[in-house]
Amino acid sequence: MNWIYEPWPWYIGGPAIAFFMLLLLVIGKQFGMSSNLRSICSIGGGGKIADFFNFDWKSQRWNLTIMIGAAIGGFIAANYLSTNTVQINESLLPQLKAYGINSAGKAYLPTEIFALENLNLKNFFILLIGGLLVGFGARYAGGCTSGHGISGLSNLQLPSLIAIIGFFIGGLVMVHLLYPLIF
Amino acid sequence: MKTLLYLFLGTIFGIIMYKSEAASWFRIYEMFNFASFHMYGIMGSAVAIGIVGVQFLKKKNYKALDGSDLSLQPKEKGISRYLFGGIIFGLGWGLAGACPGPMYTLAGVGYISILIVIAGAVLGTFLYGLLRKKLPH
Repeated sequence: MNWIYEPWPWYIGGPAIAFFMLLLLVIGKQFGMSSNLRSICSIGGGGKIADFFNFDWKSQRWNLTIMIGAAIGGFIAANYLSTNTVQINESLLPQLKAYGINSAGKAYLPTEIFALENLNLKNFFILLIGGLLVGFGARYAGGCTSGHGISGLSNLQLPSLIAIIGFFIGGLVMVHLLYPLIF
Repeated sequence: MKTLLYLFLGTIFGIIMYKSEAASWFRIYEMFNFASFHMYGIMGSAVAIGIVGVQFLKKKNYKALDGSDLSLQPKEKGISRYLFGGIIFGLGWGLAGACPGPMYTLAGVGYISILIVIAGAVLGTFLYGLLRKKLPH
């Protein structure tokens, strides 16, 4: 039964995501995860401050339910279906070590950043600013990796292709130009 | 009943995100270093099957199960918002190593620190709502 704990190769994960998106389409919904962040702002009363959050978030209840399911899925996968380690290309290990990250191959996320006992002011700001850029950018671009990357590209939308190019410009700048300054 | 269906679908989605390792910071780092085909394979195969599936449903003039049109609202035309918004998103994706789907999955796994990322993402969304009219779209 060891195969259950093995990570899925790309040719399982990718098609699974595509079928998930198509299934949502068939039941009348559009795959897009970052819109939940807007709904959360609306639930929190953001509509009183900015009319961008003045919309009927209850129409998004289905997506919020999927969001809760995504958390449950993570719980199940991590506890029952995984060894919770990720093997990456070993040629990257020296660079990561130079950044102070030695947990590659031994953990699912770098413990040096994500483990609670390593939470300090620097990590706090890395996580907060990372999240902030993701949230701001996703709404500015009108979608994230799911809404643009999967739904939009599958529908051959040019705006989604532009957004994906943006995602990669941003990611490459972060990892290659800013990481040496941050870590 | 419908709530249960969405909860079930979401659970499947969370398992896909975790098991395919798309929720791993290491895989995102590896992707931006072009050091593995893994993430490109995931996205490439998802989009390839997605394109075929969507074109098929469109050609058949398929209606959603509730009788409505398929939710394929075209995005508004433009460049600035997609490029600038995309770059900002990418900076965050590269730094936190998580995008909005996997964030929730990782919270379910029990990473308390990811709650800071989620709080940041909510805050970032809120800031966009405040500044929206001043930004080029």
